[in-house]
Amino acid sequence: MKRPWPGPGIMGGMRTAISFSVPYQRLLDERGAAIGELPEFSRDAAEMLRMYRLMTLVRVFDAKAVNLQRTGQLGTYASCLGHEATHVGVAAAMHAEDVLVPVYREYATQIWRGVTMREILLYWGGDERGNDFAGPRQDFAWCVPIATQTLHAAGAAMAFKIRGEPRCAVAFIGDGGTSEGAFYEAMNLAGARALPVVFVIVNNGWAISVPVAAQTKADTLAQKSVAAGIPGVQVDGNDVIAVRDVVTKALAVARSGGGPTVIEALTYRLADHTTADDASRYRSADEVRRAWSQEPLVRLREFLLRAGFWDASREQGLLEDCARQVEAAVAEYHGTAKQSTDAMFEHLFAKPTAQLLEQRETARRYAGKSGDH
Amino acid sequence: MVEAIAMAHAWEMQADPRVVVIGQDVGANGGVFRATAGLQQRFGETRVQDTPLAEAMIAGMSVGMAAQGLKPVAEIQFMGFIYPALDQIINHMSRMRHRTRGRLSCPVVIRTPHGGGIHAPEHHSESTESLLCHIPGIRVVIPSSPARAYGLLLAAIRDPDPVVFLEPARLYRAVRQEVADDGRALPLDVCFTLREGSDVTIVTWGAMTAEVLRAVAELDEDGVSAEVLDLATLSPIDSATILASVAKTGRLVIVHEAARNVGVGAEIAALVAEHGLYDLQAPILRVAGYDTIMPLFRLEQDYIPSVRRIVDAVQATLAA
Repeated sequence: MKRPWPGPGIMGGMRTAISFSVPYQRLLDERGAAIGELPEFSRDAAEMLRMYRLMTLVRVFDAKAVNLQRTGQLGTYASCLGHEATHVGVAAAMHAEDVLVPVYREYATQIWRGVTMREILLYWGGDERGNDFAGPRQDFAWCVPIATQTLHAAGAAMAFKIRGEPRCAVAFIGDGGTSEGAFYEAMNLAGARALPVVFVIVNNGWAISVPVAAQTKADTLAQKSVAAGIPGVQVDGNDVIAVRDVVTKALAVARSGGGPTVIEALTYRLADHTTADDASRYRSADEVRRAWSQEPLVRLREFLLRAGFWDASREQGLLEDCARQVEAAVAEYHGTAKQSTDAMFEHLFAKPTAQLLEQRETARRYAGKSGDH
Repeated sequence: MVEAIAMAHAWEMQADPRVVVIGQDVGANGGVFRATAGLQQRFGETRVQDTPLAEAMIAGMSVGMAAQGLKPVAEIQFMGFIYPALDQIINHMSRMRHRTRGRLSCPVVIRTPHGGGIHAPEHHSESTESLLCHIPGIRVVIPSSPARAYGLLLAAIRDPDPVVFLEPARLYRAVRQEVADDGRALPLDVCFTLREGSDVTIVTWGAMTAEVLRAVAELDEDGVSAEVLDLATLSPIDSATILASVAKTGRLVIVHEAARNVGVGAEIAALVAEHGLYDLQAPILRVAGYDTIMPLFRLEQDYIPSVRRIVDAVQATLAA
């Protein structure tokens, strides 16, 4: 607690009805050295390298996607730069049969679960087929209307509970999203019904131009869980081991009927909000430079080197392999022909209405004749 | 257009200390489209406030502020995000004056970008104005040029009742026009005649005025004289101007980007059917968005009514 709360003006002579605390977990320091005891999975070289490879792949993918946007080959794109440890840590903790409820920049979590880079590019390239994941068929699609997805996660968890399935829903939400009513409603419902859901708040410091301190007077976002009667914890979101460990534990509790958890992952949005944004208008270059010293990829690499799981000579090969995978995905994206105008009318209802079929004919008649726009 | 909108804000903030600008990213960032650029630097952080990220909250706090003597001008970042605010708009903002028998009122302006055509992500290309027009007690206004954006926004802020002010996103930077910063408002509740003509009346609004004027230029070459009305205030509708025009031309085509089903075009058609049926020489036609979700941008130009579709509709009504 940074300041006395509640203030002495109200406190005088009153006893404490209830108090709360917010635990914080960090297992690696900035140089990748272990702090305290590490979880079992951190001694498994293959598991650790799997996480490192994906974090690297997504770093390469992200740079490529920004470049595609800058050169007119992609629409507005939301970069995930700096969020890799949080996104991968969550993915690695989840079971395949769990359901992911993303926002719109958790590409690494999705790729771990089987979403392809081609699908991600299609979505930001203005094509609905990007939402039709070939891999995780039950995972929710990207969610642009802020915080609305948290209620879907609670609802999905309710479905698992009603059917008695040992599955969990994991919802991402941003720091800004925690100001929305829907988020409180979702936490409240999840707590009241002990639903198997985990809410991961990715606190990257900024909701477009608005810093967390302007969103809320709360010292942590995790403590928002207190009002819903459910545990809230903070984790260093740039420490993939810490994130995976905390989410694993929260999911184990949820899966065994112990109810929901709110996890606030502290990280930093190293890029602009999206490619349509210019963060230099509202935050200092100094702040961004300081944030780079905490970034997650180097930290994990240092850990892997110390542990003897990795050596520097393999780095170049990894980067080249990632670049090849990304280029292949870009080629598939470019090779995906535009949908016909029929696509506008498909999947609105299970069976198209007479009105839609008639309009589909009109659209066919004018297809490709809109060049005079 | 975006500069004209910022200019109108600044004029009225200077003239009226009750005007307060609120919204997400309206402060240091000057709005994601730059529609409030420079206002916080000039008028300070009390009168130009970045709010927490919550649309229902923005609408609800506007109700409270307005009922207590302020004139909030609130930005909802995209029309696709206005829906959580509808509870406050419908249940409180629109009826505060009515249910308190005039004791309290809600002079709020809610500004929000409208429509597609800017290669935006999902939920960023909505044109759901008919949802708003159906609410009694709310004015719905949409400009079609920088000058009308300036004059109509001033009128909206000065109006004693709530106004939803839709800003055609693809016009924000599409057209350049010198706008005199003279504080002169344009009237609400009236259409603007963009062009006089004698063969057919075309009613449209917002960004579609661009396609309509291009279609009309083509029709000119075929010797068709079209009259173009910019509806400007979508609710309430200026039926007198529309009926007078239809009485002159005998034909009516309505063009809007929003889906056809229960769109504002249906209301205009009904008004003319009720009050001007005997002036009509041909059935009323609508050229509108299809009754489906505005597609992501690879197909958005196939959704937005094209010049070709408008010309064809006019020719069809002339042939009838």
